[in-house]
Amino acid sequence: MNMMSEAAVEKALDKKMNDVAYKMIGKDVSVYYGDKRALYDVNLNVRQNTVTALIGPSGCGKSTFLRTMNRMNDTIEGCRVTGKITLDGDDIYDKEIDVVELRARVGMVFQKPNPFPKSIYENIAYGPRIHGLARGKTEMDAIVEASLQRAGLWAEVKDRLHEGGTGLSGGQQQRLCIARAIAVSPEVILMDEPCSALDPIATAKVEELIHELRANYTIVIVTHSMQQAARVSQRTAMFHLGHLVEENDTDKMFTNPDDQRTQDYIMGRFG
Amino acid sequence: MVSTHILSAYDEELKYLNRRISEMGGLAEQMCGDAVRALVNSDSALAQKVISDDVILDHAERDIQDKAIVTIAKRQPMAADLREIIGTLRIAADLERVGDLGKNTAKRVLAVQGTGVPRKLARGLEHLSELALVQLKDVLDVFANRSAEKAEIIRQRDEEIDAMYTSLFRELLTYMMEDPRNITTCTHLLFCAKNIERIGDHATNIAETIYYIATGAQPEGERPKDDTSNMLGSAGT
Repeated sequence: MNMMSEAAVEKALDKKMNDVAYKMIGKDVSVYYGDKRALYDVNLNVRQNTVTALIGPSGCGKSTFLRTMNRMNDTIEGCRVTGKITLDGDDIYDKEIDVVELRARVGMVFQKPNPFPKSIYENIAYGPRIHGLARGKTEMDAIVEASLQRAGLWAEVKDRLHEGGTGLSGGQQQRLCIARAIAVSPEVILMDEPCSALDPIATAKVEELIHELRANYTIVIVTHSMQQAARVSQRTAMFHLGHLVEENDTDKMFTNPDDQRTQDYIMGRFG
Repeated sequence: MVSTHILSAYDEELKYLNRRISEMGGLAEQMCGDAVRALVNSDSALAQKVISDDVILDHAERDIQDKAIVTIAKRQPMAADLREIIGTLRIAADLERVGDLGKNTAKRVLAVQGTGVPRKLARGLEHLSELALVQLKDVLDVFANRSAEKAEIIRQRDEEIDAMYTSLFRELLTYMMEDPRNITTCTHLLFCAKNIERIGDHATNIAETIYYIATGAQPEGERPKDDTSNMLGSAGT
């Protein structure tokens, strides 16, 4: 009897494993910058409504991989991507794909806060306007407010919406950039070291935001901070010299990783 | 051998914790050996030494705790380092308890001094303590080389101590039934035997902690038990 119920549990767990919804799937992804190969046949699946952290030493290819996910590499001369990356099953490198639309679905937040040199309001409204997401001012106002609310910035800026975005503090600017990314209703948000220029308080606010955003978005974050990866993510992928060496549950990754290179890296040891 | 940290001060901190554990282990081992020797030889001076040694052991445990907490706060250890520091805290707590058990045994030396310990029982206690101290010594050696396999072997060996304890328990009951005047001494000796048996349990705990440090997993299966003294009634002896 006991054995049976155990088997039933196993089966249920297996089923649960198989039921994992993958938002984006990377298959045999390789990236070349001219003659130099930056990524080697990376197979990484990104789970829906999950924060996936990409970690690894500088030059390991984690940012490169992040950039392949919304084709930011297209803008780099001599960059070539092979393999396949899908978003909800559709190949994002297909010729039919509209890159602008892709980047609306897969938004990005960068290392340094980079608000447009415009008002706070305009920073948020810009994306929805070019994508034609709002009919009229009332709708646009609603989008701006909702985005700022979600980014946890509304209370701080609601009385100064028409002041310049660059006048905000670094942490506020970064949350403004996240609000801007959210404004176009993306499905996936890519973050490239979003807190590396922020102080601990601002970092905590952004991390709290990431935690809340997970309910509605799929998030992939590149970070150099092990603690940050451990704090904000549910899955962690470790890159080393252009290879994906391990992808695992974050809890497992930081207590008992499978790969020696992961072990050495997160413990700050000489490999 | 494991690679070293980029921050050499971090390595120093971990080495310090390791060294302190070894020191605690050595002292706890010595205290327990002394306590049993004091008991069978009715040596109250040696018993007094065990009691005062316990202060040093308690202090060492607190030192390990303080240093481990500072290291966690400062280095934010990950993976094997984290397991090692948490394991160190657990082992220090086990060793501190081992010292208490030695001290408790030493305190009973005075109580049984009047009657002395019957030769046969003394041999039994000595044998039990030899087994427990070998466990403790071996587990401390395993701590030094972090072998999960050897930790597992030690964990399996606790059975022998339990069996020996059960047989002593039975013997003490017999003595008490033979002559009620033996009851006071035998009750003290029973506590001493239990103390020594518990040392074996702590050695087993430490073996499990070492297994966890080395592998990141808890050892599988129930730990073997052969302490059946809880099943013994007076009619059964």
